[in-house]
Amino acid sequence: MDLLDILLSATFWAAVIRIASPLIFATLGELICERAGVLNLGIEGIMVIGAFAGWMAVYLGTGLWVGVGVAMLAGMLFGLLHATLTVPFGLSQHVVGLGVTLLATATASFAYRLSLPEVTSPPKITPFQPWEIPVLSDIPLLGPALFSQTALTYLAFILVIVVSLILYRTPLGLALRAAGENPASVEAQGLSVTAIRMGAVIVGSGLMAIGGAFLTMSAFSSFFFEMVNGRGWICIALVVFGAWRPGKALLGALLFAGFDALQVRLQQTPMGAVVPYQVFLMVPYVLSILALILMSRRAEVPAALMVPFNKGER
Amino acid sequence: MRLEPIPNPTALRRFGLPAGALALTVLIASALALLAGANPFATLGLILKGAAGSKFALLETLNRATPLIFTGLAVAVAFRAKLWNIGAEAQLYGGAIVTVLLGTGALPLPSALLIPVIAVAAMLTGALILLGPVLMKTRLGVDEVVTTLLFNFIMLLFVSYLLEGPMKDPMGMGWPKSPALDKAARLPRIVEGLRLHWGFALAILSALAVWVIQTRTTLGYEIRAVGLNAEAARFAGIPVGKVMVKTALLSGGLAALAGFSEVAGLKGNLTLDLSPGFGYTGIIVAMLALLNPLGVVISAIFVAGVFVGADSMSRAAGVPTYIADILMATALLTMVLALKLTTTRIRWR
Repeated sequence: MDLLDILLSATFWAAVIRIASPLIFATLGELICERAGVLNLGIEGIMVIGAFAGWMAVYLGTGLWVGVGVAMLAGMLFGLLHATLTVPFGLSQHVVGLGVTLLATATASFAYRLSLPEVTSPPKITPFQPWEIPVLSDIPLLGPALFSQTALTYLAFILVIVVSLILYRTPLGLALRAAGENPASVEAQGLSVTAIRMGAVIVGSGLMAIGGAFLTMSAFSSFFFEMVNGRGWICIALVVFGAWRPGKALLGALLFAGFDALQVRLQQTPMGAVVPYQVFLMVPYVLSILALILMSRRAEVPAALMVPFNKGER
Repeated sequence: MRLEPIPNPTALRRFGLPAGALALTVLIASALALLAGANPFATLGLILKGAAGSKFALLETLNRATPLIFTGLAVAVAFRAKLWNIGAEAQLYGGAIVTVLLGTGALPLPSALLIPVIAVAAMLTGALILLGPVLMKTRLGVDEVVTTLLFNFIMLLFVSYLLEGPMKDPMGMGWPKSPALDKAARLPRIVEGLRLHWGFALAILSALAVWVIQTRTTLGYEIRAVGLNAEAARFAGIPVGKVMVKTALLSGGLAALAGFSEVAGLKGNLTLDLSPGFGYTGIIVAMLALLNPLGVVISAIFVAGVFVGADSMSRAAGVPTYIADILMATALLTMVLALKLTTTRIRWR
């Protein structure tokens, strides 16, 4: 199988969309936080807790969508913690974010061991099944890739549009962007920067958790300790790559997923027999760093990102 | 609500709030123990006993503290300059790789010469690993948090490649591990018969050295100035970029010593599980020590004690050992909040 074969196979493109889905959720979540002025380094741990909580809920007998809701709530809870410490108290967003990641990851591990003390391999759940959209899924190449995915994937793409519309077409979006650019102007309008930022972090964290839940409830059917494996950090790079815009971030996630799907398949080619598999596995992380370097010159960082706002202070 | 600075916090505020943070952490631990169906007092007692209840337990704690002192120092040095080095894990493995590379017969030197040479080479490697992300930060403005984090994953894959390829132990029965270090390259024990190696002493010495650098040298002054206000430091004529690079070299070198000391002092070879997240735990160690290098020694022993104690408690009481990770993360978050509240007060209106 050579490169052309890979690029012309429907399974490849289906994999690209599948790999991109959790990244889209989490990148949108991070983007919302950062647009409001808060860097959320809790993302990695919040994805872990989302992956765990959603899977656990379904394992205990709830429906899949209830599981997604549980994952989102778990994420929002850790988002609330992050928001409380960084927004009104103005603590270092770096330290708090890392602390939230450590806490959420540890909570997931603790809860996993507590609820399943004896098992050596985690139990499986029945995940979301592909939902074939009539007619459209019959289009060659494009059909199986785009229109034969699980409901969560469709939701991810719809959310890109929804988040864009809210950010650029509603007063709420304007206030949110202003909170990240010029918080004093938001206060001058009689709105509360604290409320907007906290809301953004909580909602954003909920989306990150759904991204994590995608892994256990759609991509795989079990929970593993290392399953998020740096995807959260990659999403932070994707937000920068996407210049803090949902559409561009989607493009970045797809591009990134493309390379990821490609490296898995290249391992099966004659090239994979020569190059050690670890080199292929490094591709996503190296690409993320390259993306950061590439975009560094024309980054449009929200002006008040990581700047705490204290009312009455100038 | 808004925050107001307090010019002269009272002693009650300065000591009571951090004590309250620790009390809250213990309270959460008790709740978790209850949740796991164990007696909270017995659980805490078992953790304490497992950490310091016997000579064996205490030595185990000090052994576990050794790499944490190094990574804690690495983080403390960097964070002081607001250089967010989250990549201590990668630098640790860099140091470990060089230790194996030079310690398995490549250098025919006597022990007294070989060990210092390896230590210095390990430090240089760690420094170089952090240099990349720092130059990206100072030259291109790329956030070092993300790059250092991503480097950790790249490094682990690189180690995995080495252990399955060029650095694989031919006698390892197929396990991905490196050959054992020569005897000449091993750090001896401080007291014969006691399971504590010279890496611990080196860690204490490093803490003293960092303290001297921070309080008695121009570089230490410059690092603090850059950390407090980079713009003001630049205005005062401090070469901010250069200070950042120097800080990074120091920080990366310290983190690499953790890998050196673990391989040469404790394990004797390199495996993929050499570090159970020492690099990340170093952040907690440094923050609990308020970034003070001498405090790092104490907080590393404390953190190591909680982990060692939780391991032995888990075997006895059946509470998952991850309780230690929750405790440490909680301690980190409550402590930064407590410290903020010692210097600011909340005004509700």
